[in-house]
Amino acid sequence: MDYATLIQVLDSALRLATPLLLACLAGLFSERGGIFDIGLEGKMLMAGMASGAVAFLTGLVWLGVGAAIGASILFSMIHGLASITFRGNQLISGVALNFLASGMTVLIAQALFRQGGRTPPLTGNARFSPIDLPFAEAMADVPIIGPLYAEVLSGHSTLVYVALLAVPVTWWVLYRTRFGLRLRAVGENPESVDTAGISVVRLRYSALVITGILCGLAGAYMATALQAGFGREMTAGRGYIALAALIFAKWRPWYALGATFLFGFLQALALRPDVIERSFGMAIPVPALDALPYILTVIVLAGFVGKAIPPRAGGQPYVKER
Amino acid sequence: MTGAQDSGARQATAAPTSAPPAIELRGISKAFGSVQANKDISIRVMPGTIHGIIGENGAGKSTLMSILYGFYKADAGEILIDGKPTQIPDSQAAIRAGIGMVFQHFKLVQNFTVLENIILGVEDGPLLRPSLSKARKELKRLAEEYELHVDPDETIEELSVGHQQRVEILKALYRQADILILDEPTGVLTPAEADHLFRILDNLRQQGKTIILITHKLREIMEITDTVSVMRRGEMTATVKTSETSPEQLAELMVGRKVLLHVPKGPANPGETVLEIENLRVVDEDKVERLKGVDLTIRAGEILGIAGVSGNGQSELLEVLGGYARATGTIRINGQEIDLTGKHSDAQSRRHRGIAHVPEDRHHYGLILDFAAWENMVFGYHNEPEYQKNAMIMDNDGIVEKTAAAMEHFDVRPPIPTLPAKSFSGGNQQKIVLAREIERNPDLLLVGQPTRGVDIGAIEFIHKRIVELRDAGKAVLLVSVELDEIMSLSDRIAVMFDGQIMGERLPDETNERELGLLMAGIRDTKGAA
Repeated sequence: MDYATLIQVLDSALRLATPLLLACLAGLFSERGGIFDIGLEGKMLMAGMASGAVAFLTGLVWLGVGAAIGASILFSMIHGLASITFRGNQLISGVALNFLASGMTVLIAQALFRQGGRTPPLTGNARFSPIDLPFAEAMADVPIIGPLYAEVLSGHSTLVYVALLAVPVTWWVLYRTRFGLRLRAVGENPESVDTAGISVVRLRYSALVITGILCGLAGAYMATALQAGFGREMTAGRGYIALAALIFAKWRPWYALGATFLFGFLQALALRPDVIERSFGMAIPVPALDALPYILTVIVLAGFVGKAIPPRAGGQPYVKER
Repeated sequence: MTGAQDSGARQATAAPTSAPPAIELRGISKAFGSVQANKDISIRVMPGTIHGIIGENGAGKSTLMSILYGFYKADAGEILIDGKPTQIPDSQAAIRAGIGMVFQHFKLVQNFTVLENIILGVEDGPLLRPSLSKARKELKRLAEEYELHVDPDETIEELSVGHQQRVEILKALYRQADILILDEPTGVLTPAEADHLFRILDNLRQQGKTIILITHKLREIMEITDTVSVMRRGEMTATVKTSETSPEQLAELMVGRKVLLHVPKGPANPGETVLEIENLRVVDEDKVERLKGVDLTIRAGEILGIAGVSGNGQSELLEVLGGYARATGTIRINGQEIDLTGKHSDAQSRRHRGIAHVPEDRHHYGLILDFAAWENMVFGYHNEPEYQKNAMIMDNDGIVEKTAAAMEHFDVRPPIPTLPAKSFSGGNQQKIVLAREIERNPDLLLVGQPTRGVDIGAIEFIHKRIVELRDAGKAVLLVSVELDEIMSLSDRIAVMFDGQIMGERLPDETNERELGLLMAGIRDTKGAA
C-alpha cells in the first residue's frame, strides 16, 4: 500500500470511526454507571431518522441534530424507566428498544415521506459540509505529516471534531469531577453511593441522559454527514460494534478512541477490496473483515490482552438491601 | 477539626449525669407485613460511652440501627439526638445529625483509592482536586489522633479486611460523626485486628465520641462496653451496666432460658488413627499454592480443631477431603489411601469411604435453598438403596417419614419436612445439614464453621452433637474462625497460616494470645503461653 492510498484509507477510517466513537462513549457513560446498554443501535437509528426528517423539513442541519438528540434521549429514558425505576432486565429492555427502533423508524419515515421508509436526500444547509482546519492548505506540502493533517484530519464535518473532542472531555469528567467519581462508584458499588446519601436513581438517569446525547450525535452524523438522509437499518450493526469496542477499550475513554479507530480502519479496508488485494496478494472476503471487530473482542474477552473487567455492578438493578 | 473540638468541649463542661443522652429512642416500633421487627423500643445512649446491643439473629438489632441511619422509617416513636427531637428520613440526614455507620459488609468501592472512598458523597465542589488534598491532610490528622493508619493512595482491594474497616471508620470521622454505630465489626477480623479495633474504639471514647456496638459475641460486650442492651424478638429485654452483669446472665436474657456457653465434655479416649494426611498440596486456578505441604492425623474419638484466619487454606483442606478439589500428596482413611486426582476423586467416593462433610458455606454447598427439607435431607445419599422404592423410583414417602424423625431428633424447628430449606433460620438449616451427615454414622466428620450465623441457643445444641459423635468413637475435623469454639470443642488444636500448619497445641496448655500469634504466622510463641 503506497502512502497516498494509506492516507485515503485513513481518511475514510476516521469518517467511519466517528459514529462508532460517539456510540462507544455513549455506552461508556451508561455502563460506567452500572446500566448495560445493548440499545445503542436502536438509539442511533431513531436519531438518524429524526435528524434526517427534521433536517429535510426545516432545511437546517442543527435542528436535525437537536431532534436526533431528543429522540435518542427519549429512548434512553424508556430504557431507564424499565431498568432503573422498574428494575427490569437491562439486556431485554435494550433488545426490545432495538426492535422497536428498527420498525418505528421505517414506519415514521414512510408515513412522513412515502419513499419506502427513507427520508428524502438532504442538500445544502440540511447537511453537514466538510470544514477545513486552519493552515490545511499550507501544511499539505509538508512531507509525511502534511498529508496526515490536510487530508486525514482536515476536511471533515463538525461532528467528527465534536467526537474527537468528546474523548478528553469524557476522561476529564470521569476522573476529575465529582460527577465522574460518583458515576464510577455507582457502577462499581451502588450501596456505597446510597449509604453516602446520594441518589443512585438520579445518578443513573443522568448517565443515561448523556448516553442519549452522544447516541443522538452518532445517529445524526450517520444521516446528515456520512450519508445524505436516513435509510432503513442504516446503522447496520454499528451500535453493536461500538459495544464491542467498549469492551475492547476496557471501558476507558482513550482506549475507546483507539478501539473505534481500529474498527473504523477495518471498515474502511472492507470498502477497498482493491487495496487489500494489492497489499496482501490475495482477496480477503469482505464478510471476514466485517467479522474482525467481533473476533478481536472475543480475543480480548478471553483474556489474551490483559483482563477486561466490566463495572462490577453492571447489569444489576439496584435494590436497597434492607 | 471542629467535630473533635465540639465533643471534647462537651465532655469537659458537662458532667455525665446532667448531659442529655447522645441518642435517645422513645417507643420505636417497626413492622414488615405481619412481622413486628421492633416493638416499642426505648434506649438511652450516654455521650462518651460504648453501648453494646446484643441479641440473636433476627432479634431486630439491624432494623433498629437502620431506622437510626435513615434506611427505614419507624412506624411509631421518636429519635432524640443530644436531647433534641430529630427526624432522620435518609442517610444524608443521619450524617448531618452526626451519626456514622460502619456496616458489617463494607460499603467501599473496591477499585477506588482510600481517598476517593473517603470523599465520595462529601466532595467540596464539582472538581475533585481540592477535596482530595483536603481529605489527605485531614486523614493524616485523624491517623495520628486515633491510631488509624492507612495509606491514602492504596486501592481498597489491595487492603486487608482490617484496614478496609479502618477506612470505614475514617469515612465516618471525616463526616464529623460524633456517634459511631458498628455492626458486627469483628466478624471478619483476626484476633490481633480485633484487639487493634478495640484500642481504636477506646481511643474514640476517650475523645468523647459515642459508640454503639452491635454484636452477638458476649466476650466483646464484656471486654469493651460500658452499658449493654439486650434484644430478643424485636423487644428490648434489658439494659444493664456491663460491670454489673455476666456472660451467663446476658446469654439467658438473649435466649430467654438458661444456656450453657461451654458444652461440658469429658476427656477424649482416642483410639486408632482414622485420618492421616501427608504433604498435602493444592494449587489453585491462578497457580497460587493454597496448601503448602500439610501433615495431620486424627484418631477415632478425637476432635481436631483447625484455627486460623479465614483464607489461609482451611477451606481448601475441607474441599480436598470432601472430594471437590484436586490435590497432590497422600490421604489415608483407616489406613487405606484415597484417590486424590483420578476420576474417582469426588464427593460421592468420599462418602463411601465414611467421610461426612458439613461444608463451611451451607447455602452454596450444604443445601439447595429452594428445595424442601426432606429433599435436602438425602442429597449426596440419594442413591442409597434405603431411599429407593424400586429400580426406577425413589421412595419419597419413606424419605419424608425418615426426615420427620431426624428433624425431631435434631430439634429442627419447625419440624415440617415439606418446608423449603430457605424458610428455616440459620441455626435450623445447619441442624438439617448436620442431621443428614451425622445420621449416616460416618467414621470421620468434617465440619466447617458449624455455628456461623447460628443463634446462641442452637450453638449449644450443635456443639453437644459434635461432642456426642466424638464420644461415640468417631473422628471429627473442626474448622472454625471462632477461637472460642475451637478452644471449647477441640481435643487438639492445629493452627493454619498461609497454607501451612504452624503448630499444634493442647487446649489446656495454650491461650488465645498464643493461638493468635500462630494465626498471624509467628511460630515463636515463647512467653505467650
